[in-house]
Amino acid sequence: MIAQNFEYETPATLDEALDLMEGGAKALAGGMSLIPLMKLRLAAPEKVVDLRRVPGLNSIRTADGRLHIGAMVTHYELESTPLVRTGCPLLAMAAATIGDVQVRNLGTIGGSIAHADPAADYPAALQALEAVIRIAGKGGERRMSAAEFFVDTFTTALEPGELVVETSVPLEAAGTGVSYQKCTQPASGFALVGVAARVIKEGGRVSLARVGVTGLAGSSYRAGNVETLLVGTAGGEEDVKKAAAVVAEGKEANSDIHASADYRAHLARVYTARALRAALGMAG
Amino acid sequence: MKRSITLQINGKTHTGEVEPRLLLIHYLREVAGLTGPHIGCETSLCGACTVTVDGKAVKSCAMFAVQADGRDVVTIEGLASNGDLHPLQTAFWEEHGAQCGYCTPGMIMASKQLLDRNPHPDEDEIRHGIKGNLCRCTGYQHIVNAVKSAAAKMGA
Repeated sequence: MIAQNFEYETPATLDEALDLMEGGAKALAGGMSLIPLMKLRLAAPEKVVDLRRVPGLNSIRTADGRLHIGAMVTHYELESTPLVRTGCPLLAMAAATIGDVQVRNLGTIGGSIAHADPAADYPAALQALEAVIRIAGKGGERRMSAAEFFVDTFTTALEPGELVVETSVPLEAAGTGVSYQKCTQPASGFALVGVAARVIKEGGRVSLARVGVTGLAGSSYRAGNVETLLVGTAGGEEDVKKAAAVVAEGKEANSDIHASADYRAHLARVYTARALRAALGMAG
Repeated sequence: MKRSITLQINGKTHTGEVEPRLLLIHYLREVAGLTGPHIGCETSLCGACTVTVDGKAVKSCAMFAVQADGRDVVTIEGLASNGDLHPLQTAFWEEHGAQCGYCTPGMIMASKQLLDRNPHPDEDEIRHGIKGNLCRCTGYQHIVNAVKSAAAKMGA
């Protein structure tokens, strides 16, 4: 399996990278999605722009109560960096479930979200975290929420020539409970369904609930209906079941040889309940 | 258009002109003559082509040789020093960690990554660490035993 020939560029600055991106080039980060597609000739870009020499894209830093993660930060770095594990454990949890160690060593958060596989793990976490994605283009920078960024299967709000440069997530307040629960398709490691949950309890009641879902539909989404049902309750078993029951409502569930639409919707309800229980347990 | 690349492989400098589409596994096997890393599935699932690049285990069928420009690659051939097998190689031998041997070079390179990061893994951690490497002969138990044995010897 040999890719179609292409021009290979390794720009040394972001401006140079953006210049090279004009005219339909493909950005190469870790290559864990793009290279298999090129080998299968499902993608045949004439030009590939490798971002590995662009400075500043592989930093993890805190500012303004948020964790700022460069686009070239790898899954392994996210799962193993103490600052991420303590500051935003949900993101570390999601990163740790991706593929296998070889994939996590090379694969990057920026590359994964720009690819927007409907069964990828990050989108569930980023929806629940209300992540903000920073995008650079020839005309300047813009920011958008995860909810705006993920549009459909393999489709984001990125315009041609734009690059993801950073994703920022909140540094969790003490007492926030989080969990990522995933039903893994064993051959590929992708999620049949994955659910990320964040909860905060105050005075014995759920004061904040955030739920992100991947794998079920064409795009990841935030399940606002589940959140609304849970907030204000004591977060008991019946509350969890009632809230989780509506997670797939109004969504057109994916269907393939691994899972029918009905089964995926069932899995979404089961894994939402598991994620909420685990997050509530952690929130105390 | 071909690109000039220079990389370290098992401590030796290699320089050459390659098409950007040449995969690292093909460079290693066909240009550098190192046939230890195997081509198994060619779809980045089986792990037979695992080598380390700057100390990180990667599947060399999912990386272009041009991406390894300026980097330090180690293949299974680079593990033994002065003719002495690496403790993982000895352990795979002693514990019967190989049957047909096809997955073994990749399995050992992935195991090395695991022990570099976690010198004393438990059985679950070992299985997690070699999740990206498929073996169709052993049923994995002897491989897990080999990694355990190597960890014990390396820690001693």
